[in-house]
Amino acid sequence: MKYLMTTAAVLAASAAWAETPVLTVYAGDYFTSEWGPGPKIEEGFEEICECDLEFSTGDLMPRLLLEGSRTKADVVIGLTTDVTAKARATELFAPHGQDNGALTLPIEWDDEVFLPFNYGHTAFIYDETRIDTPPASFEDLLGMDDDIKIVIQDPRTSISGLALVLWVQAVYGDGAADAWAKLSPKILTVTKDWSASYGLFTDGEADMVLSYTTSPAYHMFAEEDFTKKAAIFPEGHYFMAETVGKVAATDQPELADAFMAYVMSTDFQTLIPTANWSLPSALPEDQWPDGWAELPLPEKVLFYSETEAADVQAEAIETWRATLSQ
Amino acid sequence: MARHTQPVKTSTIAGPVAAGTVFCLILAALAAVASKAQWPVTFGIADWAVLRFTVWQSFLSALVSVMVAVPVARALARRRFVGRGLLVTLLGAPFILPVIVAVMGLLVVFGRSGWVSQGLGLFGLPPLSIYGLNGVVLAHVFFNLPLATRLILQGWQAIPAEQFRLTGQLGLPPSVVFRTLEWPVLRQVVPGAFALIFVICLTSFAVALTLGGGPRATTIELAIYQAFRFEFDLGRAAMLSLLQLVVAGSAAVAALWILPPIAVQMGRDRPVQRWDANGTGLKALDTLWIFLAATFLLVPLGAIAISGLAGLGQMPALVWSAAWTSAWVAALSTVVLVALALPISMWLAQARWGGAEALTLVGLAASPLMIGTGWFILINPFAAPTQFALIVTALVNAMMSLPFAVRILMPAMRKVIAEYGSLSVSLGLSGLSFWRIVVLPRVRAPLGFAAGLAAALSVGDLGVVALFADGDRATLPLQMYRLMGSYRTDAAAGAALLLLALALGMFWACDAWGRRHAES
Repeated sequence: MKYLMTTAAVLAASAAWAETPVLTVYAGDYFTSEWGPGPKIEEGFEEICECDLEFSTGDLMPRLLLEGSRTKADVVIGLTTDVTAKARATELFAPHGQDNGALTLPIEWDDEVFLPFNYGHTAFIYDETRIDTPPASFEDLLGMDDDIKIVIQDPRTSISGLALVLWVQAVYGDGAADAWAKLSPKILTVTKDWSASYGLFTDGEADMVLSYTTSPAYHMFAEEDFTKKAAIFPEGHYFMAETVGKVAATDQPELADAFMAYVMSTDFQTLIPTANWSLPSALPEDQWPDGWAELPLPEKVLFYSETEAADVQAEAIETWRATLSQ
Repeated sequence: MARHTQPVKTSTIAGPVAAGTVFCLILAALAAVASKAQWPVTFGIADWAVLRFTVWQSFLSALVSVMVAVPVARALARRRFVGRGLLVTLLGAPFILPVIVAVMGLLVVFGRSGWVSQGLGLFGLPPLSIYGLNGVVLAHVFFNLPLATRLILQGWQAIPAEQFRLTGQLGLPPSVVFRTLEWPVLRQVVPGAFALIFVICLTSFAVALTLGGGPRATTIELAIYQAFRFEFDLGRAAMLSLLQLVVAGSAAVAALWILPPIAVQMGRDRPVQRWDANGTGLKALDTLWIFLAATFLLVPLGAIAISGLAGLGQMPALVWSAAWTSAWVAALSTVVLVALALPISMWLAQARWGGAEALTLVGLAASPLMIGTGWFILINPFAAPTQFALIVTALVNAMMSLPFAVRILMPAMRKVIAEYGSLSVSLGLSGLSFWRIVVLPRVRAPLGFAAGLAAALSVGDLGVVALFADGDRATLPLQMYRLMGSYRTDAAAGAALLLLALALGMFWACDAWGRRHAES
């Protein structure tokens, strides 16, 4: 009897499942792990959509470019600001249909296709128990003692590394090579990705690490460690955001639109800070989770639009490579 | 005593078919990538610098690894002590670690704030600076010394006990024993080990960059990664992948060309006793080498274990399921490896030209990213490539292990053919019964070692799975990287320790199976 009931329940459940529409969302690799934002987003959206949200993770851009029009994605989440130009060129994406005016970003955003769902800035993170006088400006950083060791990421293999060379380019322009020459003796090493750099910093191998303005938040709110700080520079910090895009050929256009609207909802935006360790893209500061508004953030924000970035990027990377190779 | 190998009428088809399959898998991937490329592709001045650095660091790393491995292997071959088996297994651990874990372990010891630097600080000395070419070579020796030692040790142990007894009866001094017995063996084993390590280091990337200290230490593999994942320039990626294959292929052919004609020595498999190495000075020297190698390899491992213990409790449940996924991918890739390696090594063992072995090294030099992307392109028109992620991973991992396996299996295969080839032919033993009755019982020890290596390498490899793995198909290394990527460094250290334990456990299980009736 018990067995029969179980079978009936399973059958009923699978029948219900068969009728439930599925929204396939491609996401960056880290997204769906149980400590990433994916599970909470899935739960939140499924409560309102009467659908099944399925994440499919992987290397976003290579995957989209390889799959082309055969892509199964209805929505793609996690395209960073440095790849939107390439993603746009695939012509796979449709307008996001949301009001850019509702965004609370520190920069003007007029992109009708890619909708930011979080943001942050590049910053050098230090441990205040190990550095007495942290640099108060980029100029200060370049003038620091060469014994202070910094670890950065390679702009050829990492988005944060790329943001750093664009940052230096934005601050110093034609003087970028000189700036790199001053920074060079302080650079302990360059790593392939952000994780390895951050590991070297937390292990005490390096004094400072190229990371994000939001990095101290993780230590504060998840570990109750208040010693990790971001050095804030008046010259400005480079802006980075992650965006979400709707696939034009989706077979679930209403669900995809509903998801875009959900991204802009307060529910979604309030879970971004602690689930993604970044800042929400459409949430006034007074609604940020406890303590987040006290996080030191730069007043001046630097950003190259994708067309400007396309013009300076190759040269900025070459300046970096040539100067650091000497 | 020495005799050239006798051709046996077995498996004339299986070997070439298996080798051909591997080649087709690689070439199909390369062709698929090239077919999507935008031509023409340029090769600039910076690319030449990359090529020069890649070749130079590989050469130095292989040279130092082999030079250190010779005395260590000699010491291990001459000495018997309690825990020797365990030590030999543990010494193999660095080879199977994911690179980033090994780098962290090395830096705990040799880094700017590492144990050595702190020790130097006590005497008022400046900290060690390992970032640069020396750091790259140090890390590559850490990875490859165990492999080199094991391969050379294997060669040493192929010298029949009777020959040492004879030199003992004649009262020959160690120098003469070296010249007459040991040197000929080294000449056969060392070039192969050198070529193998050279090719492994050729495809190094994250280690070279991190310990090389910056863009000076750019390798071809980094440029391939950049082309695939950042610029998505498939033409450049295909060109660089081909360049890497050509460099590896020519290096392997060059190294193996100089191999002397292969001679197989026969004995009655008695335990070796070394009458020539009983002197106190030699004993002390051997002890010193074993101690130095063990310290160099085991202390960083200890550092990894210590930092991992604290993180074990913080690991999310997903890590355990990822460990399970990794274990079965490793099992699958080991089965594929054995199916490929046995016929190929039998085929190559009958070839008179040692250079034929170079062919398998090309598989090692194929960038996993290239193979993954190529097969993604090939599968995509017919099915969702994500569903094949783990199968492709297992296949690629098997291919990566193939050169090791062939190198490990060939000496035993040659011996089987030389000793039992003619007899088997006259008895009419062929096909499966020849394999079952004659070959398998005699290659069991190296087969177990090769299978263990393949399983462990597969567990530790991030491989192609990162390119198109779904959330629930993540392997343990991928899950570890995800933890690292979201600030969970403690949990990631725990996952690294689990990874180390799983890899060593699988290695030990296969190796022990092989050694149950033999000693290696």
